[in-house]
Amino acid sequence: MDDRLASIVTHARERFPMAVSEPAEAFGEVSVEVARDRIADLSKILRDDAPFELLSDLSAVDYLGVNPSERRFLIAYHLSSPSHPHRLRMRVWIPEGDERCPTVTSVWPTANFHEREVFDFFGITFEGHPSLRRIFMPDEWEGYPQRKDYPLGGTNVQYHGAFIPPPDVRKQPTTTTGYPGRLS
Amino acid sequence: MIGYLHTGIEKNTEVRNWTQGVTFVTRADYLASFFNEAAYCMSVERLLGATPPPRAQAIRVLLMELNRIASHLVWLATGGMELGALSMMLYGFREREQILDIFEFITGLRMNHAFIRPGGLSTDLPDGTLEKVKAFVDAFPAKVDEYEELLTENQIWIDRNRGVGILEADVALGLGVTGPLLRAAGVPHDLRKQTPYSGYEKYDFDVATKTAGDCEARYLVRVKEMRESTKIVGQVIESLPDGPVMVEDRKIAWPAQLALGEGGLGNAPEYIRKIMGESMEALIHHFKLVTEGFNVPAGEVYVPLESPRGELGYHIVSTGGTKPWRVHGRDPSFVNLQAMPHMVRGRLIADVIASVASIDPVMGGVDR
Repeated sequence: MDDRLASIVTHARERFPMAVSEPAEAFGEVSVEVARDRIADLSKILRDDAPFELLSDLSAVDYLGVNPSERRFLIAYHLSSPSHPHRLRMRVWIPEGDERCPTVTSVWPTANFHEREVFDFFGITFEGHPSLRRIFMPDEWEGYPQRKDYPLGGTNVQYHGAFIPPPDVRKQPTTTTGYPGRLS
Repeated sequence: MIGYLHTGIEKNTEVRNWTQGVTFVTRADYLASFFNEAAYCMSVERLLGATPPPRAQAIRVLLMELNRIASHLVWLATGGMELGALSMMLYGFREREQILDIFEFITGLRMNHAFIRPGGLSTDLPDGTLEKVKAFVDAFPAKVDEYEELLTENQIWIDRNRGVGILEADVALGLGVTGPLLRAAGVPHDLRKQTPYSGYEKYDFDVATKTAGDCEARYLVRVKEMRESTKIVGQVIESLPDGPVMVEDRKIAWPAQLALGEGGLGNAPEYIRKIMGESMEALIHHFKLVTEGFNVPAGEVYVPLESPRGELGYHIVSTGGTKPWRVHGRDPSFVNLQAMPHMVRGRLIADVIASVASIDPVMGGVDR
């Protein structure tokens, strides 16, 4: 992490001492964890002071079975700017059973479609969003397809007299170790 | 309009191994297949800590820039047709066909190639590729001149495009709009220059910008980009390094030796002979990598690149297994579509046609 990005994060942590974590660097990318209720306030500071004019991406991850239920969902905000090459990821944890998060559409209007996508696929409600409706699935659809407990769907396919089930219910290889993928 | 082409590409990748993911993401933005493949593979490589060999990187640039020209040609052809310039449609698809022929010669497929793989490429370029590409690069600038002669000073074209669908730089940034739309509004933002990847820093090219922010400016930016991409392709052919096209690590590299046969790309006969007839160890290695794949260290990355439509990024999460935990594509068409209401508010219905055409949305990428 270079000095400029470090000072951006330090500045943000001074403004919101309890709400922003120490920056963590992994794979050359810097992320901070942000308390859910301060995400919109912090976003405004980062947009105006850093400046991170662009919200490149907003997406969610379902950590069902990996994390405890109070850290089941992650929302990742990827910030960038045309004026400098730094990028910053904000991570917000959403607990199971209380799937809501303040919207950042008033800071970056581009979040409108992204938040509708996360709502559609993960069932996370963005409070204050101007028009939170499903965007890909039909309005009357039930369930949230990108959640890990939502099946892939699909049908058995006949092949040479045998029936091959869809890949998510197909028999897995006997070992699940695979090869260690790290370069030695 | 959004949602009718949703095919669950992101969900599907979660039940396949890391290599198979390429065949899914290449179908998202189908006019920019190589960009999807490259962005996905660069993400996986960042998690693996693997760097593809220089030859693989240069070939990726070659394919991506040809792909950018092909994509802009489809935009120019269909956009022209929507505004009544029917001959532009014929010219645009005529030249795009030549690029697709080159792609078919290299990968065996005209679209959805799955040619770029985590760690490099599925196979090297076949003999005679560079001559074919060179012939295209030499002939193409004159074709762009032809398009410009037809359109740039054409009064009807100007009337339909100038001052239409204006998107100011600050509005564009707020709406997350990137690519030619942002550059046409005067912001010289290009990830190939800002954070070069795949060796883009080695090539000499300009970032096309205009300041008007209207449909005409976007047209001029994209035409200039086709010329610049041709320049880059020319430089890649001149400086293409020798060497392997896949990482040395045999625990990542796809075990098969592929060869282009009459039915497309498939296992090379000599390789089949070796694993089936000679080496039990090679067969086991092949079987394990092909059925299970390789593990990718746990973590999350977001790797963006400059696609024909703007910032295309993949946010990929691994929990250390042989399959992705989550793959999310940040598709520029999806984000850029949000600019449409701003462009057309208070304008004529006819301007909606010109404005949407100038956004160049590809619904396969929007819906994924």
